[in-house]
Amino acid sequence: MTPSPTATLANPAEAAARNDKPLLEHIKHNFREYGMLITLVAIMGFFQYMTDGTLMQPLNLTNLLLQNSYIVIMALGMLLVIVAGHIDLSVGSVCGFIGALAAVLMVEYHWHFLPASLVCLLCGGIIGGLQGWFVAFSRIPSFIVTLAGMLVFKGLALALLAGQSVGPFPAEFQLLSSGFIPDLFSVEGLKLTSLLLGVAVAVALAVAGVRARANRVRHGVQAEPLAFFVARTAVFAALLVYFAYLLASYKGLPNVLVVMALLIVLFDFVTSRTTIGRRIYAMGGNEKAAKLSGIKTERLSFYAFINMGVLAALAGLVFAARLNTATPKAGLGFELDVIAACFIGGASASGGVGKVMGAVIGAFVMGVMNNGMSILGIGIDYQQVIKGVVLLAAVLVDVYNKNKA
Amino acid sequence: MDVSTGHPLAPVLELTGIHKHFSGIPVLRDVQLNLYPGEIHALMGQNGAGKSTLIKVLTGVLEASGGQMRLAGQAVWPDSPLAAQRLGISTVYQEVNLCPNLSVAENIFAGRYPRCGIAQGFRIDWATLHQRARDLVARIGLSIDVTRLLSDYPVAVQQLVAIARALSIEAKVLILDEPTSSLDDDEVQKLFEVLRRLRGEGLAIVFVTHFLNQVYAVSDRITVLRNGAWVGEWAVGDLGPQALIAAMLGRELAAQCTEPPVIPVFDDAAPALLEAQGLGQSGQLQPIDLKVRAGEVVGLAGLLGSGRTELARLLFGLQAPDKGVLRIDGRTVTFSNPMDAIRAGLALCPEERKTDGIVAELSVRENIALALQARMGMGRFLSRAEQTAIAERYVKLLGIKTSSVDTPIALLSGGNQQKAILARWMAIEPRLLILDEPTRGIDVAAKQEIMEQILCLAEAGMAVVFISSEMSEVVRVAHRIVVLRDRRKVGELPAGSSEEAVYELIAAENA
Repeated sequence: MTPSPTATLANPAEAAARNDKPLLEHIKHNFREYGMLITLVAIMGFFQYMTDGTLMQPLNLTNLLLQNSYIVIMALGMLLVIVAGHIDLSVGSVCGFIGALAAVLMVEYHWHFLPASLVCLLCGGIIGGLQGWFVAFSRIPSFIVTLAGMLVFKGLALALLAGQSVGPFPAEFQLLSSGFIPDLFSVEGLKLTSLLLGVAVAVALAVAGVRARANRVRHGVQAEPLAFFVARTAVFAALLVYFAYLLASYKGLPNVLVVMALLIVLFDFVTSRTTIGRRIYAMGGNEKAAKLSGIKTERLSFYAFINMGVLAALAGLVFAARLNTATPKAGLGFELDVIAACFIGGASASGGVGKVMGAVIGAFVMGVMNNGMSILGIGIDYQQVIKGVVLLAAVLVDVYNKNKA
Repeated sequence: MDVSTGHPLAPVLELTGIHKHFSGIPVLRDVQLNLYPGEIHALMGQNGAGKSTLIKVLTGVLEASGGQMRLAGQAVWPDSPLAAQRLGISTVYQEVNLCPNLSVAENIFAGRYPRCGIAQGFRIDWATLHQRARDLVARIGLSIDVTRLLSDYPVAVQQLVAIARALSIEAKVLILDEPTSSLDDDEVQKLFEVLRRLRGEGLAIVFVTHFLNQVYAVSDRITVLRNGAWVGEWAVGDLGPQALIAAMLGRELAAQCTEPPVIPVFDDAAPALLEAQGLGQSGQLQPIDLKVRAGEVVGLAGLLGSGRTELARLLFGLQAPDKGVLRIDGRTVTFSNPMDAIRAGLALCPEERKTDGIVAELSVRENIALALQARMGMGRFLSRAEQTAIAERYVKLLGIKTSSVDTPIALLSGGNQQKAILARWMAIEPRLLILDEPTRGIDVAAKQEIMEQILCLAEAGMAVVFISSEMSEVVRVAHRIVVLRDRRKVGELPAGSSEEAVYELIAAENA
């Protein structure tokens, strides 16, 4: 990596030169960040055109969100695990196992859905904790521990269900995936509450953005150029409102979208604002340095796996509720989509690098491709080939940019 | 007044009778160290003398097997790096131990972010964090954007950031373990200014280095260790360089080292083995002429970043030149990868022993046989017996200290690792051997042996390109010295030139 021109002592002439073309400079510097978002928009545009507008129809958009919710939820946990310098191959199996557990508790033992769900989440945490224990304290590479976990929980799911599909779930439980937020106003053909909620979120995000920028400027920290900031915020807000409008013109915002959005906000906050989040990045960047700084790295790895377990359990519940039945095959291959989402979103396989929004965008890139290709009638065979190639291409572009920078 | 030592102040840190053994083998025996506020204290010793172990004990990374540690008169035992930091003992380790993926400010406060918000403040107070980082960076005379990624800055700045980080805990004792090994002269001077400023603020600084001149440039007192034992403590004025070397090596060895080796007279008429004409790569190296004859040692002298390593990489096919020609025995060649260069009879012993040289997990035997095996290709195997024979020959020839050739190389000391790497390239019997900083970070005795070996190789007809930032070494072994500065050649000097002549040439066009 070449040393930056701003190194060592400040050089006013250089600083001035750098500010000559702030807009171009800024885009160049942050290409990795916006690159993914632009790619997602481009892919959506492509499929929107190829499917004659089917992709963005309210019904399909709703389906797309529901189909991808569990991948996004797990990608949040996986991002932390990857940033910490590990990997978790067991999430698909854990997802299936928790679905099976939920089915047994609710369908066979007739538990109320609330305690059953809580037990499932707790169980996910314990599974994550067990695996995390071996990784963090026994120092067994996570690849091996979670490969073992993948086999174990796939087998246990099969055993729990005795090879059968178990269902259906109670109606209240199904609402987790198939429900929509209640509509308080009655407007013909439009769920006004959902639309208003979308507008509110867009406004809140814009206000937060303005405040963050003002803060940066006040502290003399290099901020993005004003024109760029305004344009970016406006486009982003407009897109949000548009999507909210599309969803509102069908059944409104799905419950699971709300859950997902809250989790995204929470994890974005944790990774960028809190001590524990930043410590995970420090550990992933240079574990020895983190340790010498007094960070208890083992414990952090342990927590990252517990978190992953809980999120995998939540994803398992969402998936089971969506299918309305638990099958031994549930969760098969999810880990690949989840891991791919993180890497497409710019996470580094060697740890320390990756953003929550990146992983979310990565998950949607995969999701939109799945959905779009299905609408186009491309077989599952070539879908996999194309997804594999896209994963490789995304990481290739990322690596190329990093080497060039 | 401290009566026992005659120092006007009470010591801030006293270590007495420190013992440490690893599985029964003693590595520290009855070691002591006294640190006073407002001093720079050099901790000296060869590799394996126990400096690193002592520092690890001091900073809570290792637990001592016996002894006492007093901080401002109070008995203390830090049992973790964090505990040591809380006591005010702060360390900058040998390799830059920071996170390149985080911002400068985050690196400075990693593990101790200022917090705000509810629940004991799990949120990071970014405004305070950045403000305090800016103050600290200013305190050591740096002016950088603390919100940018650490990896955006060169190594020298990263090293200073590591010091800023060490200061951020309101340290009373600052330990610097070889902080200058990756810095060039200017940067070292800047670092020393910072150290002097901190000394003025009353900090006690422990300074570990292999560069003797730096000890005399900046430190006040010296403690010397040898073979895990304490040799003595001196004020810097009471211990001249000769005496310091004697203390570090023991008497007999020291006498050998100070005697310069005799450089054999070189036959100037011999044809060039390797000749570079206008060889260069834009952005890396200005076009350069270089001639190396069989049996000749050509020294490449220059500061860090002067283009020495870049030239070595161009010669060895690690980088493709975009200007000029390279001839071997008068025939023009182009190397597209190291294998081509090895086939043409070249060998490169790279600069970074740890990352580019040794394969830590493999045995000494496998490390030595690595290049020979690679040259023979995939199809032909070097039998284990042959490997052992070769390895044992070089272990004996170079005096590599190892319990057996099947010992993992990581267990050897730095000097012995370096000798094994040298053996790797000697084993393929190259016609031209390029040595990039073969003496960095190894002890004085090993340096001496390596230099003698280089002269032996040259006598046997091998051509050697010797790269070093220690001018004293270059002038001692080289038959001809090529001086580089700012990525271009600034001149050539004959054998027997003084160090000063080299420095003058480097500095000449600077004025």
